[in-house]
Amino acid sequence: MSQTKTKDHAALAGAFIKDEERVDWHDGALWYIREKRDIAAKQIPEWEQLREAASMIKSNVISNLHEYLLQFEANLKKNGVTVHWADSAEEHNEIVYSILKAKEINQMVKSKSMLTEECHLNEYLEERGIEVINSDLGEYIQQIDNEPPSHIVLPCIHKRKEEIGELFHEHLGTEKGLSDPTLLTRVARKHLRNIFLTRRGALTGVNFAVAETGEYVVCTNEGNADMGAHLSEVQIASMGLEKIIPQKKHLGIFLRLLARSATGQPITIYSSHYKKPRKGQEMHLILVDAGRTRQLGRKDFRDSLKCIKCGSCMNTCPVYRKSGGLSYHNTISGPIGAILAPNLDMKRHADLPFASTLCGSCSNVCPVKINIHEQLYKWRQVIVKEGYAANTKALGMKTMAWTLSSPGKFTKAGRAGRWFLQNVPFVVNNKFNPWYKQRDMPEGPKESFAEWFIKNENKKP
Amino acid sequence: MTTREKILGAVLKNQPPAIALPDTSMFKGDSIDLVQKYMDVFKKIGGSSFLVGDIAAVKILITENFDTAKRIVTTLPELSDNFELISDTVDPHSYENIELAIIKAHFSVAENGAVWLTEEVMGQRIIPYICQHLAVIVHAESIVPTLHEAYEKIGPGDYGFGGFIGGPSKTADIEQALVLGAHGPLSMTVFIIK
Amino acid sequence: MNVGLFIPCYVNQFYPNAAKATLQLLQKSGVNVIYPVNQTCCGQPMANSGFEHLSKGCNDLFIENFSAFDYIVGPSASCILHIKDHLHSDKDEQQAAIIRTKVYELVEFLTDVIKIEKLDAFFPHKVGLHHSCHGLRGLYLSQMSELNAPPFSKPQYLLNMVKGLEQIKLDRLDECCGFGGTFCVAEEAVSVKMGKDRVTDHSKNGAEYITSSDLSCLMHLEGILHRNKSKVKVIHIAEILNAAT
Repeated sequence: MSQTKTKDHAALAGAFIKDEERVDWHDGALWYIREKRDIAAKQIPEWEQLREAASMIKSNVISNLHEYLLQFEANLKKNGVTVHWADSAEEHNEIVYSILKAKEINQMVKSKSMLTEECHLNEYLEERGIEVINSDLGEYIQQIDNEPPSHIVLPCIHKRKEEIGELFHEHLGTEKGLSDPTLLTRVARKHLRNIFLTRRGALTGVNFAVAETGEYVVCTNEGNADMGAHLSEVQIASMGLEKIIPQKKHLGIFLRLLARSATGQPITIYSSHYKKPRKGQEMHLILVDAGRTRQLGRKDFRDSLKCIKCGSCMNTCPVYRKSGGLSYHNTISGPIGAILAPNLDMKRHADLPFASTLCGSCSNVCPVKINIHEQLYKWRQVIVKEGYAANTKALGMKTMAWTLSSPGKFTKAGRAGRWFLQNVPFVVNNKFNPWYKQRDMPEGPKESFAEWFIKNENKKP
Repeated sequence: MTTREKILGAVLKNQPPAIALPDTSMFKGDSIDLVQKYMDVFKKIGGSSFLVGDIAAVKILITENFDTAKRIVTTLPELSDNFELISDTVDPHSYENIELAIIKAHFSVAENGAVWLTEEVMGQRIIPYICQHLAVIVHAESIVPTLHEAYEKIGPGDYGFGGFIGGPSKTADIEQALVLGAHGPLSMTVFIIK
Repeated sequence: MNVGLFIPCYVNQFYPNAAKATLQLLQKSGVNVIYPVNQTCCGQPMANSGFEHLSKGCNDLFIENFSAFDYIVGPSASCILHIKDHLHSDKDEQQAAIIRTKVYELVEFLTDVIKIEKLDAFFPHKVGLHHSCHGLRGLYLSQMSELNAPPFSKPQYLLNMVKGLEQIKLDRLDECCGFGGTFCVAEEAVSVKMGKDRVTDHSKNGAEYITSSDLSCLMHLEGILHRNKSKVKVIHIAEILNAAT
């Protein structure tokens, strides 16, 4: 399923928007979640101080990451967890494979991990004869549809229940036309219960990794991480380097912020703290770089590593709500995706920082106060400098700069533009003008303000 | 050079100058009406709670609200006359068919309705997740206002596994319609002992 | 008090009435307003598209035109914010830094510097206030809905002084209109959809006029309104505050 990108965000968004009824529904669903976040945030008088504290803790983490990684590793080992390090996605996948192969396990159950999605772990294992089932309901649905998740918290938010019903009919033998969410969930519950009971290998992601104690926390609403882990012989946790938090008590701050920011809940139903293996069980943790140290070295963009993957930036972003997560052609989509992706592949993701109006809503819902909209602006400068902006755009910009830096040229151009609008509008109002597709052009007044001023006001004493 | 050395080297080279940790001692909750707060929040989440005088009352409520013909397990010796005691040595898979698990929590948190459990009080790690219905007993005076007080109580924690559980399992993955009972229990009942 | 009037490039060319109203409001408030006729643009269109390095010419021209004033005031939140955040000069960085502290959008100039308490204005219509993102989250003209913080609104404070005016309540207080500079043509489909949704919010809640501190937003919304033959009109806030009794 590794995509060869053929279309950029604008094209993919354009296709998504064609179905206006669906867009309105998708937009409404995500806005509703944004509103729930607002209600939850407003119930905590110290909300803004919590955000500030979380932001500073994460700044402390990324500026002391070397020390914390060593501390975390030492504590993991003390707890009986086997620690692995993976430089790349490929190396991470190899490690997972070798752990499973050593125990002759060829079926694994996986709970939500955006990192493994980024690494395309499922495909890697399937190619080598290991079956992987995503146990989170939303991710399961995306898996059987052979589509990546569109949102990091709500993987199939873009799908209607009828479409999900159709998938269940095809893959799980449910009755054709069945689309009731409760009934569909009950079918999935039964099917996945059997998976949990029979899989000897389980893999989870990591929400927070506590350096001080060597434990890690996994947050779910469904209980699927625990169902997989506590029945497994081998439990693997895949973790990005930046998931570290310094001290156990910091969990109080992050867990108060996470679910409220993500869905408006006070806490996820399950916040499981994994520390030592069960008797007779093996526990492994893989620390993954895959571009994170490179981002760490980027002065303007390293703060993107503070992200706790709540998805609130996606829920608030009007561009995301109206274009859908899949139009970002990257595992992590939306505003945070747009500042992480160019670091992974600048050429492929050069369009993402431009898929924004820089409205700033994202930065202000972010629980760790990442300056997302400022980083979007800064990425634009980098992308142009590195030569990834379209040639026609560069020429247009140079012309604009030439015109606007000279009063004489500016006045002539302005007068010409207004004259055309007044006298020969079709020169501008045609299908080659993208503005004109769905909007009228502004009218061209007879004289500019400057011309009026010079005529009338300049003479006054 | 091993991957570990490579990564640690890159981190050391690329990390910015150190920024200090903030003071977080100002974050605390208030201890007014904790039992009522807890019960209100827990109800909103979709759980049920009862305020009772003792374990005997719990026994009666359980018989009234659950099908005692089905397999019911517990960690509480006071309930072992009526229900099966959980063994910590048998294969966790053997608990696949439990209808109800009755266990004790260390404490609960008023702001989010969650109880805190460690392996020690779960019987086995799988118990609170694999049962169809979960019942948890907690003492009223152990309820704390927020997660800040919770982590003070937990401390570094000498457990192999622990978790907050804040209600019945749920999902809204299908068109944002809330469904109680995803992969974990379909319901959660908390008995608060005065 | 000497105030340099900064009229953004497109306001100058396409919306001279808003510029005239701004000039008149400032004159009425008692300050000495001067309009440097050789001004052009703040450089934002290039900068937001990743071509910040091409806006040097605009920056130097801006500094040349506006250094002499106590304050620089303009009827565009986005242009003012751009100057505040991004005005730099290889030739005279010190002057650029000074200008960044002296530049004000019209509404905030009236409330924070002039500290206006009443207006002699009459506009008997239902008006929807569009919070431009740059004005809201950039210049803090009003409290944004994302934060758990006390509400306030400088434009609303001024609109409250206008006789006959009724402000309508929106479903979504401060969602972006979708103009976004070159975004409006580079991502035309999303931009228009965002604009349509804002227009719908205003019109279903009874707005006869949509007003804002940013004509870029209004130009975009007006384009959609006209195309859909809507009765709803757009008007810059300066023209409302300057509307004769």
